[in-house]
Amino acid sequence: MGALQSAPGQPEYTDLAEKTGFSFEQIAVLHKRFKQLSHNEETLRRDHFEKIPDLACNPIRAQIIGAFFDKRNYRQNGEGSVEEIGFEEFLVVMSHFRPPSMHFTEEQREGIRREKLRFLFNMHDTDNDGTITLEEYRHVVEELLSRSGALGKETAKSIADAAMLEVASISMGHMEPDEFYEGITFEHFLKLLDGFEIESKMNIRFLNMDTATMFKSKPMDGNEFSSAYIKFSIPSIQQVSPKVNAPFRE
Amino acid sequence: MPTGSGWLSPAGSGRSLPGRGLLLLTVLVLLEGTVFRLGAASTPDVSGHDTKDHHKATAIGHNSTKKAFPVLDLDYGHIQTPFEISLWVLLASLMKLGFHLIPRLSGIVPESCLLIVVGLLVGGLIKIAGEKVPPVLDSRLFFLCLLPPIILDAGYFLPIRPFMENLGTILIFAVVGTLWNAFFIGGLLYAVCQIQTGNSSELNGLGLLPCLLFGSIISAVDPVAVLAVFEEIHINELLHILVFGESLLNDAVTVVLYHLFEEYSGVGTVTVMDGFLGIISFLVVALGGVLVGAIYGILAAFTSRFTSHTRVIEPLFVFVYSYIAYLSAEMFHLSGIMALIACGAVMRPYVEANISHKSHTTIKYFLKMWSSVSETLIFIFLGVATVDGPHFWNWTFVTVTVILCLVARVIGVVGLTYIINKFRIVKLTTKDQFIIAYGGLRGAIAFSLGFLLKEDHFPERNMFLTAIITVIFFTVFVQGMTIKPLVELLAVKKKQEAKRSINEEIHTQFLDHLLTGIEDICGHYGHHHWKDKLNRFNKKYVKKCLIAGERSKEPQLIAFYHKMEMKQAIQLVESGGGVKMPSAMPSTVSMQNIQPKKLPPPKTVERALPQLPKGREEEIRKILRSNLQRTRQRLHSYNRHTLVADPYEDGFDKFILKKQKIIELENKIKEMNNYLTVPAAPTDSPTMSRARLASDPQAFSVKPDSDSVPIIQVDLASPQSPDTVNVMDEFRRADQEENQGLMMRCPRGPSEPKKSEDTEGARDQQKLMRCLSDPGPSADEDEDEPFLP
Repeated sequence: MGALQSAPGQPEYTDLAEKTGFSFEQIAVLHKRFKQLSHNEETLRRDHFEKIPDLACNPIRAQIIGAFFDKRNYRQNGEGSVEEIGFEEFLVVMSHFRPPSMHFTEEQREGIRREKLRFLFNMHDTDNDGTITLEEYRHVVEELLSRSGALGKETAKSIADAAMLEVASISMGHMEPDEFYEGITFEHFLKLLDGFEIESKMNIRFLNMDTATMFKSKPMDGNEFSSAYIKFSIPSIQQVSPKVNAPFRE
Repeated sequence: MPTGSGWLSPAGSGRSLPGRGLLLLTVLVLLEGTVFRLGAASTPDVSGHDTKDHHKATAIGHNSTKKAFPVLDLDYGHIQTPFEISLWVLLASLMKLGFHLIPRLSGIVPESCLLIVVGLLVGGLIKIAGEKVPPVLDSRLFFLCLLPPIILDAGYFLPIRPFMENLGTILIFAVVGTLWNAFFIGGLLYAVCQIQTGNSSELNGLGLLPCLLFGSIISAVDPVAVLAVFEEIHINELLHILVFGESLLNDAVTVVLYHLFEEYSGVGTVTVMDGFLGIISFLVVALGGVLVGAIYGILAAFTSRFTSHTRVIEPLFVFVYSYIAYLSAEMFHLSGIMALIACGAVMRPYVEANISHKSHTTIKYFLKMWSSVSETLIFIFLGVATVDGPHFWNWTFVTVTVILCLVARVIGVVGLTYIINKFRIVKLTTKDQFIIAYGGLRGAIAFSLGFLLKEDHFPERNMFLTAIITVIFFTVFVQGMTIKPLVELLAVKKKQEAKRSINEEIHTQFLDHLLTGIEDICGHYGHHHWKDKLNRFNKKYVKKCLIAGERSKEPQLIAFYHKMEMKQAIQLVESGGGVKMPSAMPSTVSMQNIQPKKLPPPKTVERALPQLPKGREEEIRKILRSNLQRTRQRLHSYNRHTLVADPYEDGFDKFILKKQKIIELENKIKEMNNYLTVPAAPTDSPTMSRARLASDPQAFSVKPDSDSVPIIQVDLASPQSPDTVNVMDEFRRADQEENQGLMMRCPRGPSEPKKSEDTEGARDQQKLMRCLSDPGPSADEDEDEPFLP
């Protein structure tokens, strides 16, 4: 820990750690990466992301990059998108992929679950009207299949349609003939992915981010450290998350 | 509850009666078997003598004439072995049948326990009959015949995704855990033997190496026993794959330890060098097994690429290649189990893309059938062998073994989880640890390995066998029976229903890409990154080599979608949907005919139905039905006689011809109808329109686009059942594509189809019909005849 305390920018990390639940070490690693991506500038722009070579062949690249510039993912009740993001925003978006701690209660787990699903939902709901319409859903599937050429394009529609029908039948049960299913609301989205166990899937190891740091520090220490900080950070998440969910509650 | 049970009880006893009858029957069969077997040792001679005497007598009687032709001859020895094998298999199957006829029994006692009890009874009967119990659970038989089907079944249907995600944990449990168990049990047993030297002389001569050998035999969790118990308790996927994966992968460790200790217990000393060689040997055995399996798996996949003209032997390749993989691995004393697992897991995705749907079903059923019969036989044989075996009961040894097994398992799991949890994203909870520890069942592999020991080499063999059997019985009976209540008591998460929805598949894919993307942004090459790389490599090169035709380019999501559609169609037919809708066609149509890439583009526009007078509609339906039925019959006969000669194409051509005729007919009807009924006065139509809306899975987004046509309001009369409409509806569909200009739209454009319970069937039918109505390019050409004025 001694090495960490002498790390640069320690005080500002405290704030970030509380906000995002990352450990100092994780923040340091991410900061390094941030600087690397932004070429030592203060902010990241879209074209920075687009230059990441590994991302180039990701079929949903546009959506992933979009998520970083989406105000809804900053846990601040904002809407719309921004042109460039600072390190804090970068970190907050990343924090959606933090694994849940073992010591969480059911309620906290549910909170994490909602949060992660909300992130996914926001990625689909591009126009931010609280529903994923068929058009939007089709777009998602099309993007997913965008690497498979014309064949994919053709089938994407029917897959999205079938999926949408499934949602309608799961969430609405019975509908009158003249009713119209507008799209997937967040509540329906929750119900839809009920058995999906997102809280145990949408996770990334934030330690040993790159090989240099991996050898510098023992991962075990960091892990214990981070779990201690997760405990600390729970209240802050709980404070924030109702606010985030509030506008979509109705 | 009391009233319920009171009401139920007569029915229950009534139902269990056939069960009892069956049980009685099986016992009878069994007795018969024993009598035959009783004969087996002596009969050949006796009967042989009899007949010979008889012959001799006749020969003497007609001294000069030649021997009379024997009209009826008895030669049991001739058929003895296969006959007895068949009897055993029959017994096993009947037992399995019987247990599931008795409703309550299977809920309480796991099948494996019941089967062992049956085995004990059979063994007892044979013994009472005064016969020598046949050495049924012979190690050769077990390892060469009984074990492979179970392992292949497990390997072929291995849930790859959870397995790979938890591979690290599984490997640690399988390798380190088994090593720990072996040395802990072996070492402490030796210590106990040293202490006990004073009062029991049998334990006196027990050296360290035999103890360690015993420890390595007894420490491995058994896949057969684990499968048998875990299949019944429906535990969540994570725990299932952890325990089951461990039981599969620890085979390599067991094999190496077994051979190592067996080799050196003769010599008496082990040097450091031997230990080192042992480690190398372990790597060779494990990786070699995987390699052998993978090679044969790829070969099988490659072979299946060319089987499109001889569909009937497709399943055979899967079985034979896997079995050869197993045998090849065993030949070099590599881990046969790992070879089988690797072979099954490697070949499956490619083979499945290549073979026909029917072959896939065949493979599935064959594997399930073989493995379940094998499993049943193993447990029965275990019971029989228990009665048969020369036992040497040593209280100290047996008790200490059982206790040590439990203790070692608990310490091993808890200790290893402590380490593993540091590296896992999803931590293992205390409950999980308990179930993993408690699920460590031992089984027939341990017994067979013990059986393989040579008596002159190991004078303690009988004592070992007794202890092994005791441990097996303890784990299977005590733990196997209590694990289900414990799982419920602890409220361990159960398995989700296996059916995956299309939405979940979409999101699984989406999440995969998302996580890969985030990892890339982090600049961290985690396992999502490598998985993605592997996937891309697979898609780019491997699939092209191993999968024939277009399907190699099909992305996973599309493949899943097609599979789902296919499944639904088949389900529909099996559930009797074919009765209502006069086409049981899909039973003769296979995946090849449907041409997956040629799915019709989704119809985003609603179509209206012309009104049909009820009488006329009935008439049309009759025509349609008779036509389709005739086609079906003809196809059926084709199928039966010329299975190999690709009956599909011929049959399907006919079907297409028929269909075209029907469409023509239909068009005429529609023509008339348009004259007759479009301007008709609106009548009520909710049932109809709902049925129609719901019957089309594609038609729910009817947002009027810019290119859409003006809506003609047509109301629908005659609230018929959805089925009656569907048939025609569907045939019309192709035409409508070309005639969008004249499309009639439903009253309220942007309405979604609703799916309720009663319309679900209709939807399924629709899917099925869509499969059928799109037989390929040839159909389209003839459909654009003008049919509207």
